Amino acid sequence: MARIIVVTSGKGGVGKTTTSAAIAMGLAKKGHKTAVIDFDVGLRNLDLIMGCERRVVYDFVNVINGEATLNQALIRDKNCNQLYILPASQTRDKDALTQEGVGKILDELKKEFKYIVCDSPAGIEKGAHLAMYFADDAFIVTNPEVSSVRDSDRMLGILSSKSRRAEQNEEPIKEYLLLSRYSPDRVKLGEMLSVDDVQEILSLHLLGVIPESKSVLNASNSGTPVILDEKSDAGQAYADIVARYLGEDRPHRFIDEKKGLFGKLFGGR
Amino acid sequence: MSLLDYFRISKASSASLAKERLQILVAHERTSRNQPSYLPQLQKELLEVIRKYVNVGQDAISVNFEQNDTQETLELNIVLPDHPTKTS
Repeated sequence: MARIIVVTSGKGGVGKTTTSAAIAMGLAKKGHKTAVIDFDVGLRNLDLIMGCERRVVYDFVNVINGEATLNQALIRDKNCNQLYILPASQTRDKDALTQEGVGKILDELKKEFKYIVCDSPAGIEKGAHLAMYFADDAFIVTNPEVSSVRDSDRMLGILSSKSRRAEQNEEPIKEYLLLSRYSPDRVKLGEMLSVDDVQEILSLHLLGVIPESKSVLNASNSGTPVILDEKSDAGQAYADIVARYLGEDRPHRFIDEKKGLFGKLFGGR
Repeated sequence: MSLLDYFRISKASSASLAKERLQILVAHERTSRNQPSYLPQLQKELLEVIRKYVNVGQDAISVNFEQNDTQETLELNIVLPDHPTKTS
């Protein structure tokens, strides 16, 4: 049975597209046929993060309007043949997406793909609404920062009342917390909300912590999902997240600070 | 506790402040989330009606909506002033 995952947050700039690209690649690398869809009509960026921006011919809206077939619009990833990207339209306005159109495309994708990752735009407008509406699972990307946590909670409210599953009284969407841009050093200094704090406030199941990492910018610079940078902390964090989502039991990492020489001498523990 | 921790604790923690603020805010927003959307309009109109008879302030009325498994409760609370009679 295919599963639809929405990557959402409410707030912008917390790492939704980075996360969508990484987990879609991770799932595909594990051998699951995966499609990743950009719902940010007018401000598409997933193509850049995936490194396929020059291969975009048709987009999501073309398919909805019947100007192209799904197979014409899907771009096969250059690194993994199990992964396909459906780019958002860059020129049309946000009203181009309709619930009926999106539903039809998702139904078609479900026949062929195991996982469909929906990269939500920021905000709670139409694009964000449609990205989460048909979801089975929701990855809530949150930064350990007050506005992000608040917006995540708002998003949780929307997931539990405005989604298809909520409207049809089905089993609710499974919600997971992905805490990104985490700095254990700053948490230790009392300058940043800890993973326990955020979990306590949102009461969500923690899928993983992604540390603040230079490798994320490096990855987006080159257009390769950060999960392919297997040596990087962020890449490993996403690999753990994918494994946990697929049911593997992996201990959480990147929650405690890295100790330098000074910390090793005086840090105790 | 290590030597380093001793110095760390002396700093006021902005993270604990953030947590406190968020807990209050989130709890508040969660209760209002489940309320019916007509509530603010209802409150406004009720206030107008009451003001026809009693001279009360803007915040003299509170409307609370509570929901549990079996029932929904709409609670109205109107605080009357010490000298309630409006000249009529």
